[in-house]
Amino acid sequence: MTDTRRQVELVCPAGNLPSLKAAVDNGADAVYMGFRDGTNARNFPGLNFNGGEATAAIAYARDRGARVLLAINTYPSPGQWDNWCAAVDQAARLDVDAVILADAGLMRYAARTQPQLKLHLSVQGSATNHEAISFYTQHFDIKRVVLPRVLSLSQVRNIIDKVDTEVEVFGFGSLCVMVEGRCVLSSYVTGDSPNTCGVCSPAKAVRWEESAAGRKSRLNGVLIDVYAPQEPAGYPTLCKGRFDVDGNVYYALEEPTSLNVLNILPALLNAGVAAIKVEGRQRSPAYVAHVTRVMRSALDACESDPEHFVPKPEWLAQLDKVAEGRCHTLGAYHRPWQ
Amino acid sequence: MKISIGPLLYLWDRKTVFAFYEHLCQAPVDIVYLGEVICAKRRNLALSDWLEIGDRLAATGKEVVLSTLALSEAESELSAMRRIADNGRFAVEANDMGAVNMLSGTVPFVVGPHVNVYNAETLKLLAETGAIRFVLPVELGAEVLTALQQQRPAGMETEVFGFGRLPLAFSARCFTARAHNVSKDSCDFICADYPAGLLLHTRERKPFLVLNGIQVQSARTHSLIGHVDELRACNVDVIRLSPQPEGMGDIIAAFRKVLDGRLQSQEAARELTRYAADGVCDGYWHQRPGMDWSVGA
Repeated sequence: MTDTRRQVELVCPAGNLPSLKAAVDNGADAVYMGFRDGTNARNFPGLNFNGGEATAAIAYARDRGARVLLAINTYPSPGQWDNWCAAVDQAARLDVDAVILADAGLMRYAARTQPQLKLHLSVQGSATNHEAISFYTQHFDIKRVVLPRVLSLSQVRNIIDKVDTEVEVFGFGSLCVMVEGRCVLSSYVTGDSPNTCGVCSPAKAVRWEESAAGRKSRLNGVLIDVYAPQEPAGYPTLCKGRFDVDGNVYYALEEPTSLNVLNILPALLNAGVAAIKVEGRQRSPAYVAHVTRVMRSALDACESDPEHFVPKPEWLAQLDKVAEGRCHTLGAYHRPWQ
Repeated sequence: MKISIGPLLYLWDRKTVFAFYEHLCQAPVDIVYLGEVICAKRRNLALSDWLEIGDRLAATGKEVVLSTLALSEAESELSAMRRIADNGRFAVEANDMGAVNMLSGTVPFVVGPHVNVYNAETLKLLAETGAIRFVLPVELGAEVLTALQQQRPAGMETEVFGFGRLPLAFSARCFTARAHNVSKDSCDFICADYPAGLLLHTRERKPFLVLNGIQVQSARTHSLIGHVDELRACNVDVIRLSPQPEGMGDIIAAFRKVLDGRLQSQEAARELTRYAADGVCDGYWHQRPGMDWSVGA
């Protein structure tokens, strides 16, 4: 990476057309979206785009100067292969600015059959070091890598110094505790995982149960948490439940909390990240508008005067208001979290 | 079908590790994977120790493979990976795409279970870079395996995780340290206190997961011994048994007997449940939740 001083791209989630508009209208430089099927990692009911909707959405973004990235980031099995290739072909026809892929075989298909299509390595590709990233730059000339949420700030910096491609990092949203693309906790319990089905702890496996002990959340029968009568209950993502280890009941893997990088924004910009991503294609258009607006303000302030940048308390408060668990963390960027 | 012993996933003291592999020298297994796969901080054994163990196993006719870390982030971890790649004696199991890249075009290598091979095109790509064997990702079952086998590149061997607690996830965070309210940097090797991992229960006291440093495993033991005929019908070349502190000799013996036709596989499946303290499972094989169990259900 040579030019570390150019503008950092704010990449926001577009789960549907209203969210896409919310992102674009509130200052996203780029949006990312997926088709309405298992080809992407947010394969939720009622979400995503069919071909016609995608065309309209892309036109809306382009007319307002925003780039469009399309995620095809699940791992096709042999029986699904043709459909995933068709998704790549359709992305090429739609003329998106890049596709975000995880599967190495699919990446080769895209590189060979749609050479004009720009390729990004998805966070689901699990590239956590420069050797892994180098595999994809050498074989497929990827233009960008999205880093898994397991690296410390100094490790991110080191990777940017060593690789020959743009680096995108997560800036805000639900925190994956595990290395993305290498976690099968969800399929262990429910049969469906991010890699195979584009879902984690899917809603169809969730059951709520009222009991004398409180409200219980279950995932395919497995008790994920119990909430006392006045306690706010969260979605039972299985790595964010309370479990019993040696008689202690606590959030054994991670608390319900959101990632928020505002406190290290100058350091990330200084390290040379090309883009900052907001998680949340499954969230509402109002959420996308809200988070995009705050992130835009923060990025603009940071870029104009990085040395004196301090996140405004109201930004943090506004983001916490919509954050999972209503609180935030730096996650793995901050070494003691690990 | 050959039997392999997967890499040791827990932190055992030196003496126990040496004794474990000394026993394996005489055991009816064909392939042994060696080295630290979970945490770069664990250094009870240096690479030179693993090479020494490898030499002893090789002298008794075993194929020895050195495994790389599943999650490599730091430069020091890549340096360690480089030393393994350049060991000059044994084949290497690549457990992330970084290791694949390092080994590409140099020496033949094994693609470990933590590299995502979900379709034949990915497998072909890896074969072209030098892979000679791959371990099926644990969440894939008979259906995908059958389809993959029909399209696998010439000369590619297929290995399936056949017995042990399932490796389900990796994180930057050390969950064993977290259970003791300390951070990874000041862990004091607390995971050494848990030679089979630290059991996590649900709040109904049902065993659910096992914490093993930065890795999360299933509490239940995944067992495919009841499916040996199906594995054979799929032309699987190697079945992997994952090291555990209890009963390894009996587990190996049971698999050997079933493979040799001296023990009925359903009977063996029932017998081995005694080495699965927190239950058994084989759901992934049936395209079901991994925690499910089919035999005698």
